[in-house]
Amino acid sequence: MSKQYQFKLVLLGESAVGKSSLVLRFVKDQFDDYRESTIGAAFLTQTVTLDDQTTVKFEIWDTAGQERYKSLAPMYYRNANCAVVVYDITQSASLEKARTWIRELQRQADPSIVIALCGNKLDLAARRQVSQEEAKKYADEEGLMWTETSAKTGEGVTEIFTAIAQKLPLTAPSATRAVGAGRAGPGARPGVDLNKQPGTQGQPDACNC
Amino acid sequence: MDEEYDVIVLGTGLTECILSGLLSVEGKKVLHMDRNDYYGGDSASLNLTQLYRQFRPDQAAPAELGRDRDYAVDLVPKFIIASGELTKILVHTDVTRYLEFKQIAGSFVYRDGKISKVPSTEMEAVKSPLMGLFEKRRAKKFFEFLQGWRDDDPATHQGLNLDNDSMKTVYEKFGLEPGTQDFIGHAMALYLDDDYITKPARPTYDRIILYTSSMARYGKSPYIYPLYGLGELPQSFARLSAIYGGTYMLDKSIDKIVTNSDGKFVGVTSGGETVKAKQVIGDPSYFSGSDDGKVRVLEEGKVVRAICLLKHPIPGTDDSDSCQIIIPQNQVNRRNDIYVAMVSSTHNVCAKDIYVAIVSTIVETDKPELEIRPGLALLGPIYDKFVSITPIYTPTSSGKEDNVFITRSYDATSHFETVVEDVQDVWKRVTGTDLVLKKREVEVQE
Ligand SMILES: Nc1nc2c(ncn2[C@@H]2O[C@H](COP(=O)(O)OP(=O)(O)O)[C@@H](O)[C@H]2O)c(=O)[nH]1
Ligand SMILES: [Mg+2]
Repeated sequence: MSKQYQFKLVLLGESAVGKSSLVLRFVKDQFDDYRESTIGAAFLTQTVTLDDQTTVKFEIWDTAGQERYKSLAPMYYRNANCAVVVYDITQSASLEKARTWIRELQRQADPSIVIALCGNKLDLAARRQVSQEEAKKYADEEGLMWTETSAKTGEGVTEIFTAIAQKLPLTAPSATRAVGAGRAGPGARPGVDLNKQPGTQGQPDACNC
Repeated sequence: MDEEYDVIVLGTGLTECILSGLLSVEGKKVLHMDRNDYYGGDSASLNLTQLYRQFRPDQAAPAELGRDRDYAVDLVPKFIIASGELTKILVHTDVTRYLEFKQIAGSFVYRDGKISKVPSTEMEAVKSPLMGLFEKRRAKKFFEFLQGWRDDDPATHQGLNLDNDSMKTVYEKFGLEPGTQDFIGHAMALYLDDDYITKPARPTYDRIILYTSSMARYGKSPYIYPLYGLGELPQSFARLSAIYGGTYMLDKSIDKIVTNSDGKFVGVTSGGETVKAKQVIGDPSYFSGSDDGKVRVLEEGKVVRAICLLKHPIPGTDDSDSCQIIIPQNQVNRRNDIYVAMVSSTHNVCAKDIYVAIVSTIVETDKPELEIRPGLALLGPIYDKFVSITPIYTPTSSGKEDNVFITRSYDATSHFETVVEDVQDVWKRVTGTDLVLKKREVEVQE
């Protein structure tokens, strides 16, 4: 029996480290040096096929710039199954910021969340300020996945999302994470769908038996 | 910050967030600020720490209440009418993708010391203990008349004219008793007082139809409610605004609203810096002090609200995990109804086996806490209670002269219909056009 899992993935990290660019590369295989902000594109999905039995669909939440002035809403972290925390390998301060975001995740997000630390702009390695050893050591201490990427060249991008996809179904109880089970968890009364036309949901059959 | 914005929005309550979301979608450059370090302003939902900080600054939340993060306690008790105007905005803007809703399990009305389910169809009315046998027949006829009404078919009018005849005339035509009028007018048409009775019947008819069609939509009650509390609503519209380029700054104290020599809005000063914009929109709390001697908001009245933590469902509600109870004013010799709104862990707003009930009414005397007693008495033992008495402010001017546009405080109604009216009103004042909901172009990748 084939299985499709659906997971909420959130991006975090300082402004301009390349979060939106990573999403754009992963979802559309595009890159743009002069992209404006994230208009209209802060909710994307992408499916990763693990084997012919299993696919993982990511529901990707970009910050929409709300990380800039400490104004990410609790809603953003809520029910996130995984997070990609991004820093820029050419800016050592951005790794410090990444540490702050990881602490925030540990405080606000579900304890079972899978976190990947991601050093972006690998194509600019000539200007590197964050060594691989330093970042890897920190990731190991905190139990995070870690990799380096370039949204510009595409290097490492598919790999990090695939690695997360491989790790997730194993850590998440499948009953609550498989598609259709709803975000509310097992046993909960199903939610209502506002987009359905009136009278199509939750209505008892019109029969007096 | 030398950028100039089209609109600065102050306060992240639901009204302001819907407006900034819609304005951003229209292409306006929006800066949205809040003095608090959380979203929602007066319509926020608080976790335990925030709740105790706000009401009991010198007391920590008791450990037995459980984890802080399991709580989202609404400051303003309101539910969403399933077929109402807010639902339309939620669907049209597609913020529903950030939200998940559940029904409110029951709607009850108080009568002669007891509470009963509000009948919403002729079928239910016939079974309701609220009416005697003959009254049931009359009520059935009344409901059939409402359901059958067609504006263009005089045969359905039974000699009545909804636009001219008062609701009193309609009630009399069907011979309905005062107690029946109470639950129709208050528990279905959701009027807070009896002023509607002498006015034309049309709005009451519209409200009853809204109630019954909302009821028919999901089955148990006319209301739905967002998981994790009402505070999710402003957050979702703030996200919409941010996606369309809106800039968000929390935890920013607003020092001054700057105006020029003509009294027109220039900008907002925060942390010693002034940000300029063409217009400012804000909740009344940002305009109650006056920098230029202008009185911009007036107090219309006060609402008393008691947030009560219970360790059991409300007695007499069939152990409902959520409900609304309306105490019509006549029943307790008041001018305004008393409302009880209850939600629980089913809605992910508190720990398991805790129930959060808010009792509220419009203040009529100088002892507001005594006024809500009939509501508190329905709850059984109360574990803890947080009482607030909140002024309801309304702006003194339309804002067209000075480009300062002020929203209204959250009123005592049990739903969001008046919030949407305020959104529509402010939108018209700010843009000069009626708010027309367009389907948002969304980018969904499969
Ligand atoms: N050279 C290089 N530039 C990048 C890379 N990723 C993003 N950028 C650039 O960095 C800037 C910020 O990227 P953006 O995705 O908007 O960052 P965000 O604020 O974290 O979402 C943009 O000018 C991007 O073109 C990368 O891998 N290499
Ligand atoms: Mg971005």
